[in-house]
Amino acid sequence: MTETLLEIDNLNVDYETARGDLKALRDISFDVGRGEIVGIVGESGCGKSTLISSILRLTAPNTRFRQGEIRFKGEDLLRLPERKMRDLRGADISIVFQDPMQTHNPVLSIGRQMVDIQHRSRASKAEKRELASQMLGAVGIPDPEARLDQFPHEFSGGMRQRIAIAMALMSEPDLLIADEPTTALDATLEVQIIERLKELQQKFHCAILFISHHLGVIAELCDRVVVMYAGAVVESGDVREIFHNPKHPYTRRLIECDPGHIKERARVLPTIPGEVPDLAELPDGCVFRERCNQAVHRCASEVPPLELLKGGHYAACWLNRVEVEV
Amino acid sequence: MSLLNVAGLKTSYGQLNVLAGVSFQVDPGETYALVGESGSGKTTVIRAIAGLAPAQEGSVMFGGQEIRGLPERSLRPLRKDIAMMFQDPVGSLSPRLTIRSLITEPYRIQGMKNRDLDAEARRLLEMVNLPAHFADRYPYQLSGGQARRVGVARALALEPRLILADEPTAGLDVSVQGELLNLLNTLRERLGLAMVIITHNLNVVRHVADRMGIMYLGRLVEEGTTEAIFADPRHPYTRCLLSANPEPDPDARLERIALKGEPPSLLHRPSGCEFRDRCPVAQDICLQTPNWEVDHGHGVRCLVPLSSQLRTRTT
Repeated sequence: MTETLLEIDNLNVDYETARGDLKALRDISFDVGRGEIVGIVGESGCGKSTLISSILRLTAPNTRFRQGEIRFKGEDLLRLPERKMRDLRGADISIVFQDPMQTHNPVLSIGRQMVDIQHRSRASKAEKRELASQMLGAVGIPDPEARLDQFPHEFSGGMRQRIAIAMALMSEPDLLIADEPTTALDATLEVQIIERLKELQQKFHCAILFISHHLGVIAELCDRVVVMYAGAVVESGDVREIFHNPKHPYTRRLIECDPGHIKERARVLPTIPGEVPDLAELPDGCVFRERCNQAVHRCASEVPPLELLKGGHYAACWLNRVEVEV
Repeated sequence: MSLLNVAGLKTSYGQLNVLAGVSFQVDPGETYALVGESGSGKTTVIRAIAGLAPAQEGSVMFGGQEIRGLPERSLRPLRKDIAMMFQDPVGSLSPRLTIRSLITEPYRIQGMKNRDLDAEARRLLEMVNLPAHFADRYPYQLSGGQARRVGVARALALEPRLILADEPTAGLDVSVQGELLNLLNTLRERLGLAMVIITHNLNVVRHVADRMGIMYLGRLVEEGTTEAIFADPRHPYTRCLLSANPEPDPDARLERIALKGEPPSLLHRPSGCEFRDRCPVAQDICLQTPNWEVDHGHGVRCLVPLSSQLRTRTT
């Protein structure tokens, strides 16, 4: 068993709005072990972004942490003074954002930005530049020394995303958060980035929290998967378990919907009819009930808890109880 | 006769030859997919067809009429027949107009104001499965999938014969993506629409396109029916693209063919085969320029196409 690095424990986060509290995250619990790659998958509005910004404590002013803890190396980040939080960001926990075209400052050279980001280090400027060049080489940018003097617009989208990864890894963080890092890139570049991340993870032994709605990428990269729906974790477990033996109807439907699963040309692709419920006026019972084609009586009145089924596989669905009882 | 016939289309911005001669045809009711890396010229092709990007050479025949280089005044009536769906669903909708104004704007532009625009708005919203009260909403009140559907409604308003769709499913969740593709498929069958669709999602191509063309550096390097390309890709670049398609299965064994390096600069196009420097199977002969060879409707621009040896052996 690997040592736990990040523990999200019963996290509840609301946004205060004019319409009342929007329950963005409800009873979120999962762990990330040291050196582990955990994927978070879910559709727009499922709370992925709120989760990341909560971990980094970069939330909007109307955010209210109602309950729960985010423990990083045993320390609750939600109780840390801002100054200590600032020491952690970019050093112990770093992040790669979705859009590589807007991550870098357009008027500073890449080298300058890579040196600046080492502001905590006491190394000389020449040493910092040397490290920057090494990191560029490590993410596969040819002729790194010369390219340090170039500006962001002189790099392609795929290269810029690799530079963002290089910068995020420069401080050798324990946790790298990657927020849909391949969504803005085309398929060949997506594969390049995934393979590069795998390689770097082996080299730097950092844990990666990988957020994506692309199931193919999650299947290929991650050790474990957390499936989120409408602000709650509906299922989590080993990547093989989730893809081969999903225990929540939402996960099952999501996998079925992926056109990558359907090899023959289909005139009609599977979909999940209906909409995500309004988080300000949550329905009673299971949040997925209205879109679920297997809902039973109990689903309408009681929220199913996230329960351990076997060997690290959790799911929040009453159907699993029924199966056990039968 | 084909509805759209693009031949030898060339676009350059100064020294930059973005399109170096693109030719393809689309029949009525057919869906044609253009795939390729960022920067391969896909978007420029469809913008040039719609008259939104310049094309210095070549020809764009639409319904038997040459439309390349027509002045704006002559293009406007044609835009009834050629509709465009832009890449950014929210960005392509004016934030200050209601959905009703947005989807009925084409009627106003085309001087068809005497129609009952409210009724048209209801009809279009229904067609794309959006509730009628959405007519009073503004774009910021829509999700990405809903904004996409508004884009589809607007493109269909004037009952075009051809739709040019730039990445119609980019950024959509998988469940919504399926909905949009199903919608496009149904509408195509019902209205007999022809479509040119740009995407880098090969899983999408397989389900919507009848034929597809693979672009590299502003040229088609392979073209054929979707079935033929997936079953028997002949250009090494196509093979690389197809193999770079992550499978939603952790146990999938991928025989991935790595694509070396970055696409070359358009300012310094390589001599001979332009894919040579990145090609996993390049040979000496590739220093020569490959021609476009067509065999049973499957075209390829490669001197050593991949399964050629296999085919010679079996025949």
